[in-house]
Amino acid sequence: MSISRPAEAGSQPPLSYPAYRSNITRAPSRPLIRVPANFTDLAAPVYGYLPIGAGDTDLTRQHDGDPLGERIVVSGRVADEDGRPVTNTLVEVWQCNAAGRYRHALDDHPAPLDPNFSGAGRTVTDAEGRYRFVTIKPGAYPWRNHPNAWRPAHIHFSLFGSSLRSRLVTQMYFPNDPLFAYDPILQSIPDPRARERLVSAFDLDLTQPEWALGYRFDIVLRGRHSTPFEQRT
Amino acid sequence: MTGTAADRSIATPSQTVGPFFEVWLRSHHALGVLAGPETRGERLRLRVVVVDGDGAVVPDCLIEIYQADHDGEYGRESFSGFGRLPTGADGACEFETIRPGAVRSAAGIVQAPHVNVCLFARGLLRHLYTRVYFPDDPHLDADPILALVPPDRKHTLIAAPVGEGASVPRTFERVIRLQGDDETVFFDL
Ligand SMILES: [Fe+2]
Repeated sequence: MSISRPAEAGSQPPLSYPAYRSNITRAPSRPLIRVPANFTDLAAPVYGYLPIGAGDTDLTRQHDGDPLGERIVVSGRVADEDGRPVTNTLVEVWQCNAAGRYRHALDDHPAPLDPNFSGAGRTVTDAEGRYRFVTIKPGAYPWRNHPNAWRPAHIHFSLFGSSLRSRLVTQMYFPNDPLFAYDPILQSIPDPRARERLVSAFDLDLTQPEWALGYRFDIVLRGRHSTPFEQRT
Repeated sequence: MTGTAADRSIATPSQTVGPFFEVWLRSHHALGVLAGPETRGERLRLRVVVVDGDGAVVPDCLIEIYQADHDGEYGRESFSGFGRLPTGADGACEFETIRPGAVRSAAGIVQAPHVNVCLFARGLLRHLYTRVYFPDDPHLDADPILALVPPDRKHTLIAAPVGEGASVPRTFERVIRLQGDDETVFFDL
C-alpha cells in the first residue's frame, strides 16, 4: 500500500471553474465530505481485462486502409505516488481524427470524418507499468465555450489503478501548442508545473525511423492509503 | 518536459471526460448488466438520474458503479460488481444488478449495503464520488459513512423504490442533483 497524500495544492483542477461554461450549472456547490482513510482503500474493479487485440493498441489498424494524418507512437509509464509501477491496469484512450473531428453524432465540426479511423484504443500496463499505443496525431477543434474557442490537440485517457480512489480520466497534450494559454480546461489546473504534467514530451527513443514520431506521457495515479492509518482507528 | 523525479510523485491532474466519450465506450463495451443467471442475491434494477443546477436532466454523463456481492465481498470472480453506462436523453441509465450485502471492514466495522458511484460529465473537471444506499435497511443507522453526513442531507444518498413492491425485479431510483437545493452528497476519497 502506498501512502496517499492529500492533493498537492494547485495540482488538480477545482470543482468550480466558471470560465469553463458548462461547469457553471454542474459543479457541486457544497464541500465534499471526506471519507476516513480506512474506508477508501477498496480495491479497484477488475474490468476490461479481456484479451487485448492488435487493433486495440494500434488505432491505425482498425480498418482496411490507413487513416490520414501524422502517425505517432504514444507511450509511457504508470506509477503510484511513491514511484512504484502500476502493473496490469487498464488504459483506455479516445480522440478525434487528424482533422479535428470525432466519430460521434453530436460532433458537428465541419471537418471530414476519416473512414479509416475510429479513434478509440485500450491496453493494459506491463510488469514495469508501461503502455504503448500507435495512433495518428489528433487535430485541434473548435468548441462554443467562448468566442473563437479551440481545444488544443489532445488524447483522452482513462485509467483504473489499484483502488477506487486511483481512478483517473485526463487528457494528454502535445508540446508547445499555442492554444494552451486560451484553453480553460487545461488552465483550470492552478499550478503551471501541474499543467506541464499533462503535456507529453517528444522522445527520439520512441520515434521509429522513417515511420512515426514518438511522444512520452508518464502518468501518476493516487495510491492507496497505508496501514498506519488503519492502526489509528 | 514531463518533469523531474520529484514531480512524478504528484498525481497527474484530472481533466473532463468531455462530450464525446461514447467514441470510447462504443468500442470498449458499456456494461449495464452486472448480474448473470448464476449470480446469487436479490435481483434489482438500479436507475440513476442526473440533474443539473437548473433542474435540467444531464444527458451526457458517464456513470460507473462498483458494489459488493450478496455476501458483502468485492471483486470475486463470480461477480465483478462493476458497471458503466452513459446517461440517455432523459438523464438516466439503468443497471441490472443485485442487492449488495453489508460490507465488513478488516477492523470489523459494518457498512450498510451500498453501491459506490463514480460520475463523469462534460463540465466536470474532476469526477464525483457518491453512494447509493437502500431504504429501510437495518444497517443504515449504524453506517459509519452516513454518520459523517448532516442529518438533513442523508436522504440524498438513499434510493427510492419505483412502482409496486410486488414487481420483480424491484427498481430503485437514485436522483443525483449536481448542484443547488437538495444537492447530492459527494465524497472526497
Ligand atoms: Fe476532446
